[in-house]
Amino acid sequence: MFRHHPQEKEYGISSEGSAGEGAVVRLSGRLTLRSLEPFGHESSALLDALGPSSVTLDLSGMSSIDSAGALALLRLKAMAGERGIPLAISGDGGQAGRLLALVGERTGRASEPPQLAEASGFFEELGEKTVSLLREVGDELTFQGELLKATARSCLAPRAVRWADVLFYMRRAGVDGFPIVSLISFLLGLIITFMSSLQLRQFGANLYVADLVAISIVRELGPIMTAILVAGRSGSAFAAEIGTMQVNEEVDALVTMGFDPMTFLSVPKLLAMLAVTPILTVFADLHGILGGLVVGVAGLDLTARAYLAETHAALTAPAILASLVKAEVFAVLIATVGCQRGFRVRGGADAVGAAATSAVVTSIFLIIIADSAFALVQQYLGI
Amino acid sequence: MIAIRGLSKRFGKKVVLDGLDLTVPKGKNTVVIGGSGTGKSVLVKCAVGLLRPEAGEILIDGQDILRMDERELVRVRRRFGMLFQGSALFDSMDVGDNVAFALRRLKMHPEGHIREVVEEKLSMVGLRDIQRLMPAELSGGMKKRVGLARAIASEPDILLYDEPTTGLDPIMADVINDLIISLRETIGVTSITITHDMASAYKIADQIAMLYKGKIIEVGTPEEIRTTSNPVVAQFVQGRAHGPITDESEEFVRFVSR
Ligand SMILES: Nc1ncnc2c1ncn2[C@@H]1O[C@H](COP(=O)(O)OP(=O)(O)O)[C@@H](O)[C@H]1O
Ligand SMILES: [Mg+2]
Repeated sequence: MFRHHPQEKEYGISSEGSAGEGAVVRLSGRLTLRSLEPFGHESSALLDALGPSSVTLDLSGMSSIDSAGALALLRLKAMAGERGIPLAISGDGGQAGRLLALVGERTGRASEPPQLAEASGFFEELGEKTVSLLREVGDELTFQGELLKATARSCLAPRAVRWADVLFYMRRAGVDGFPIVSLISFLLGLIITFMSSLQLRQFGANLYVADLVAISIVRELGPIMTAILVAGRSGSAFAAEIGTMQVNEEVDALVTMGFDPMTFLSVPKLLAMLAVTPILTVFADLHGILGGLVVGVAGLDLTARAYLAETHAALTAPAILASLVKAEVFAVLIATVGCQRGFRVRGGADAVGAAATSAVVTSIFLIIIADSAFALVQQYLGI
Repeated sequence: MIAIRGLSKRFGKKVVLDGLDLTVPKGKNTVVIGGSGTGKSVLVKCAVGLLRPEAGEILIDGQDILRMDERELVRVRRRFGMLFQGSALFDSMDVGDNVAFALRRLKMHPEGHIREVVEEKLSMVGLRDIQRLMPAELSGGMKKRVGLARAIASEPDILLYDEPTTGLDPIMADVINDLIISLRETIGVTSITITHDMASAYKIADQIAMLYKGKIIEVGTPEEIRTTSNPVVAQFVQGRAHGPITDESEEFVRFVSR
């Protein structure tokens, strides 16, 4: 409670100078919420009486000031400005200066972000980033665990799975994604064959182009290109779909009606990914080899039969199996990241867009990490 | 009966509910009023266990839902119907499937009867022959009514209405008011209604509670609230631009703009 005691004036105000000249106004004592009104009247009366050409406000005699006092000073400045009198403030190094800056900032039109008291150091930032990254990885793993658990549970009770949804996502990812996956792999096969044939021809080793294409496509490029395309098409769609449902409170509605959003929304997507990604990978492998065959026959004078025989010899069953296992791992990553980014959405439409982007970027990143891990493991196992 | 004790919920540093107490008597309609962003939706979401508060208890017939695991919560939630502020219809399903959603899961009616039951629920909210439409084809007011039909479809004994009449024309708003009253009178549902609409609040409420700064600052019958001596509540229910709710910010604005 602020009771007004007019008899106790807590500030002092004195002035030096005369009309038409620069004046110095000295303030002393305390300037707080209590003295707002009287200070306003007194200072404007002083300006009128003095009629100076400019004013210097000397605060060095002040003992304390609060935010209301700072506001009063800013108002005085504005008042002087209206009369065309420039006003400078001096001797305000301490509390008053900081408050003035703070209040000016909050009330001024310019909304500069408040400056942090101390710029955080490199190590602090590094630590914070690391902690938040670790937390994110933890969230991701928890989510993945829950999703796999829900999927396993659903597989034990297959009647609870929404098979219509599974088919829907399979068609979207598989049938609709098939042309682009095939085209890109075919072109990739063409390019690899063409580039490597330039080198191999010098050694008269044209035929080995078939081995090179078969191994690189089946072991690496087929699975990874497929996964990247599926992540771009379906992973982002999953994040956007669940994110939109989150924003519209549809996820909340599901929960209140007794449904588990994980089982209801994520399991069909994961099942669809598990079914479709390996099939697409096989098609990608086939089209890549087809691309190699076209260049081999048309540009390198190989017969189709010789090319295919060489391809057949180059491919081993473990290599093909590894390709499919990779595809399944990538499928899990794509579905997990897509759904998790969706469930994490808070706020509005822009958050949905950000979630879709983040789903694609994160899943491609994880796909590449997983692929590197596969390469190492395969190296050790000698597959 | 729903008894909420010492409920506290924060998001990050922002405290939304701060030790809130509220008793919702059985078979009565409790209306919660309060400004935008004061946490009314957060309150009802806590009550169905959608949000987990940091502290407090929410007793539904003596059982604390905050101590339940997910399985028990699912069982308790069957007793709830909720109308969301933004309707929250499933965009990928038509109106009929939306309303039938919980019915199918609970297998309350044979599949052959579902369309009929849905039509009946829709007619209760003044809608007819729209089962085949998609939510995107409906106006905001229609969505709200479909949301209401969905909430009451599984015949819950506790209903939470988050702004049921916002965005409806006055006539439709009154149809919804009557529906809320008749659900209470005929089936005896216990309900919490959130609203800004004081006409609706006075009409449907057995008791009105005002949420302000994370707490329930006053509870009373509509008559008591109308004639309240609490200046904050009075400003809200009379819809005045000036008063204790707006003063804090106003003082500052007046000050600076002068
Ligand atoms: N999931 C959430 N995450 C972060 N903040 C939230 C969330 N839900 C609500 N809030 C915040 O809580 C406050 C109260 O929100 P709400 O209950 O929706 O208000 P209202 O009373 O208008 O229904 C708002 O300031 C909102 O920003
Ligand atoms: Mg709300």
